[in-house]
Amino acid sequence: MTDTLLEIEHLKVHFDTEEKKVTAVDDVSFSVKKGQIVGVVGESGCGKSVTAESILRLLDEKHTKYEGEIRLEGQNLLAKSAKEMREIRGNDIAMIFQDPMSSLNPVYTVGDQIMEALLLHQNVSKEQARAKAIDMLKLTGIPAPEKRVDEFPHQLSGGMRQRVMIAMALSCQPALLIADEPTTALDVTTQSQILDLIKDLKEQFNMGTIMITHDLGVVAEVCEKVVVMYLGQVIEESDVLSIFDQPLHPYTQGLLKSIPTIEGNREEKLYVIEGKVPTLNQIPAGCRFAPRCEFQTEECRTSIPKLESYGERKVRCWHFEEIQGKREATMYG
Amino acid sequence: MDNKETILQIKNLKTYFPVNGGVGREKRYVKAVNNVSFELTKGETYSLVGESGCGKSTTGRSILRLIEPTDGEIIYQGQTINKLNQKEMLQIRRGLQMVFQDPYSSLNPRKRIGTILEETLKIHHIGTKQERTQRVMDILNKVGFQNEHYFRFPHEFSGGQRQRIGLARALIMNPDIIICDEPVSALDVSIQSQVLNLLEDLQKEFNLTLLFISHDLSVVRHISNRIGVMYLGKLVEETTTDEIFSNPMHPYTKALLSAIPVPNPRIKREKIKLQGEIPSPLNPPSGCVFQTRCPFAMEKCRTVEPELVEHSPDHKTACHLYYK
Repeated sequence: MTDTLLEIEHLKVHFDTEEKKVTAVDDVSFSVKKGQIVGVVGESGCGKSVTAESILRLLDEKHTKYEGEIRLEGQNLLAKSAKEMREIRGNDIAMIFQDPMSSLNPVYTVGDQIMEALLLHQNVSKEQARAKAIDMLKLTGIPAPEKRVDEFPHQLSGGMRQRVMIAMALSCQPALLIADEPTTALDVTTQSQILDLIKDLKEQFNMGTIMITHDLGVVAEVCEKVVVMYLGQVIEESDVLSIFDQPLHPYTQGLLKSIPTIEGNREEKLYVIEGKVPTLNQIPAGCRFAPRCEFQTEECRTSIPKLESYGERKVRCWHFEEIQGKREATMYG
Repeated sequence: MDNKETILQIKNLKTYFPVNGGVGREKRYVKAVNNVSFELTKGETYSLVGESGCGKSTTGRSILRLIEPTDGEIIYQGQTINKLNQKEMLQIRRGLQMVFQDPYSSLNPRKRIGTILEETLKIHHIGTKQERTQRVMDILNKVGFQNEHYFRFPHEFSGGQRQRIGLARALIMNPDIIICDEPVSALDVSIQSQVLNLLEDLQKEFNLTLLFISHDLSVVRHISNRIGVMYLGKLVEETTTDEIFSNPMHPYTKALLSAIPVPNPRIKREKIKLQGEIPSPLNPPSGCVFQTRCPFAMEKCRTVEPELVEHSPDHKTACHLYYK
């Protein structure tokens, strides 16, 4: 397949902490095609951000050990030198962070910050870079970009700052965009503007995009493929329609049932996934979700399930087929 | 059927923050809450929704006088409380409690949970040492903890557990009203549903009236009986929960509702796109506060400020489109 952009294979990320080694990401594999938006969902501590940061190798490598491969158009990023990685960051892969307030430098104008990547990676003059910066701001829908380019981050609102971040990320036309909770800090009306923008730009540049989020509404709105993570592992991978129609893993089912929606029955009690996400120091012996799962059996508590294929989809659960059967029985019986 | 007992009445509440104009410049004000009126009936959940900077949190804090309101009346149990002195206010606060948004910064990290909860009772001089300890244990059990948690420190708890401790602290005085300022915004989805269910159970058990402040309309829809929508310091629409979702009137409410991402990829809704951003409250637009972004703005909207008027039973909105 030539349209595969990024392949992550058996990625493990270990951190040295003062007490012991913890494995924040444990055997994660998935791929992103050109022009595809892949959603990575999970609760805090599930390893979704660590996975994203590993792709760009942003973690402190003194205390981090990687295993497995991350291939961008066939090239293993984990084998690159620090210098080679600098060439790739911002040029081939760009990232948008959650908090637009703290990820812009307050003492430089937004123009300077957008131009920095262009001057670093592309053979352009200062004037050309500035013109390009204005173009990018215009593209992201900022009014009066000729004026805004000379303003400082504090002069802009949250939504505008996120637009500047996007302009900066897209200035070198990266093949892959990683968006880590790009709209979490924004209001809903602004969020919907930014999501539309990301969708439009994906069409325009045929970029692959990884969208990291905890909001299943955002996933349903923009993603084509979804990867659900729990405690460092992928527990389900599927196209977006199937995962909402028929979630396979009990955790995914629980997540979907526990969110209040603007369409469901108001009188009904919300579904609760009991307990909390364990820390990385106390990973359960068998299936990682077993202690919180309503379908757990002895097998779940003792042996680790593999991520198995189910048609085009993948799921990591011993009993998903039985559970699926029960679920249908209660729905139609 | 007149069992609708009004427990709290907010009349023309205004909270302005002065902005230092500098030498020779005119002193200006940020009108964070600008002439807001509503009522809470006993046992209901009333939600204030809106985007950041709309004044919903300031309204909540002004009611408890954590921020001193500039003008207006707050009537609790027939008593206007905004002119009371500190000692009198202390008595009132027994019945009016608050749960804060951030469970990490609202608990003192150096104190044990038991001490944090007992402090409230101490301030109000309630019971002997033993009775107080017993009361704290009882309330901890109510929110799903065991007695041994009494001696733990806040850092030993997760976000959801801390938020339950915040709830326990609000409940310990047996209040009538709890003001919840974004109580689940900082929590993960699976934890959020635990706290919401607990809140509903406790509300039934203690017959609590809740003022729920949130930006998340899905959560608000689940928990509230009535909803007030705020924009730029003004209440622009107020009605029952079912009515607001099935028949929103104000263009801002419509846009807000259409912007919520629905966790169902098969539903593709018509979106009302709003242009631009919320104007600065330092310099609000003339006429209707929403006119700069409203797709239906008319000449009249730019000059005349619409009033919050009841257009159908229990449905108020402030918009010129609906004036007869």
